[in-house]
Amino acid sequence: MSKTQETVLCLEGIRKDLGGRRILDQVSLSLCKGELKVLIGPSGAGKSTLLQCANCLVRPDQGEIFLDGVRLDQRSGLELRLFRQHVGMIFQDFNLFDHLTALGNVSIALEKVRGVSKAAARERGQAELARVGLGNLASLYPAELSGGQKQRVAIARALAMDPRVILLDEPTSALDPELVGEVLAVIRDLADGGMTMLMATHQMDFARALASEILFMENGRIIEQGAPETLLHPAAGTRTLDFCTRLSMELEGRKTDTQ
Amino acid sequence: MWEYLSSLAGELPYILQGSLTTLLVVFFALGLGLIFGLPLALGQIYGPLALNRLVRIYVWFFRGTPILVLLYLFYFGLFIALNLDVSAFASSCIVLGLTSAAYQSQIFRGALESLPHGQLKAARALGMSDTEGIRHIILPQALRLSIPGWSNEYSILLKDSALVHVLGVPELMARSHYVASRTTWHFTYYILAGILYLIITVLGLRLLRSLETKTRLPGYAALSHE
Repeated sequence: MSKTQETVLCLEGIRKDLGGRRILDQVSLSLCKGELKVLIGPSGAGKSTLLQCANCLVRPDQGEIFLDGVRLDQRSGLELRLFRQHVGMIFQDFNLFDHLTALGNVSIALEKVRGVSKAAARERGQAELARVGLGNLASLYPAELSGGQKQRVAIARALAMDPRVILLDEPTSALDPELVGEVLAVIRDLADGGMTMLMATHQMDFARALASEILFMENGRIIEQGAPETLLHPAAGTRTLDFCTRLSMELEGRKTDTQ
Repeated sequence: MWEYLSSLAGELPYILQGSLTTLLVVFFALGLGLIFGLPLALGQIYGPLALNRLVRIYVWFFRGTPILVLLYLFYFGLFIALNLDVSAFASSCIVLGLTSAAYQSQIFRGALESLPHGQLKAARALGMSDTEGIRHIILPQALRLSIPGWSNEYSILLKDSALVHVLGVPELMARSHYVASRTTWHFTYYILAGILYLIITVLGLRLLRSLETKTRLPGYAALSHE
């Protein structure tokens, strides 16, 4: 794989306080084109806030955001809206628009934000649904879809905007275990296709296999980062390894409980 | 008996015409309430704090004052003081409409606040402005949820509209009252008035019910019995 070192998204010194607590403390990271970086860490570490700061859904108290080397003026509403068109976001609980069909969900932003004609928006939407394997379910409403299908529609909705980078906030955490695979498969396809992504997840096998880098967060900071094979090497002695071992032990425990 | 029936037949068109006036008052008042009530709700939720305060004062005033007082206050007080020539009919529509706006704003607020926060967040994440998000994503859902509460408002407003007879608007109540006094058949004509109010209520509610069914989203139907 030939990798150019072209930086797509770059966060510098992001700080965020909420309710008197420091949620993010001087967090910096950068994503090169085609990279998939995975955020892991205990709940409350700030992963979700970091992802939402990355496209200013939550406005950082301090810090800069760059897309393709251009600094984002976080106070300009117009710039923010343009920026967000290029930065896809996938939420833990899907946040599909409940009054629109799967196709409506995927095409509405093209139509209302990009000003694409209705016919062209629907054509593109249909293509994106086919890409995530849902071409035949375009006319169904979110309430008629399974969790895994909803999340795939959400991914198609993000893809329709031709994002430079996609942020994924625990995309499989709200899913029943048997539905996790279909969503991960779509994300894997995107990674193989060279999509730049930043993803918070607890799916360690997935991270190990696909992440170009793991970022381990705790108490609002990235405390360890590196390639999966380095951080998760059995003799690495890292916090990341420790966390993952505990995570898989808990999963094993839960399996034996239910047996 | 014959005399009784012929009186009823003779007065019926006059009273039915009054029903039509009642319908017109309700139509304009509900419309005014909708046109004002929706922005009030949006302002209260999405507007700056000062606007939120203003809306709450408005709602506090119109929910706290009897409609009868407002009718007299506007028709004999405010409009005269402002040197405005406003008819009794228009005054009635305005007073009922402003009052309804207060109640409707709270119906819409309830619906807007019941939507998950993630909806607007997802709209923003796609590059929509808040105005676009509210228009394309929030309102279509909130308005659907408002129909049951709005049906209530319709049936309450319809019955409140009987109050405007005090300004001499020739609506259902005023005409029934007039005929009842003239013929002294109070029992008959007030029962007739009651029946006509009931018919208008039921027909209107049925219309709104079918609107609710028609706009219901697939996948939710199983929750409610048809």
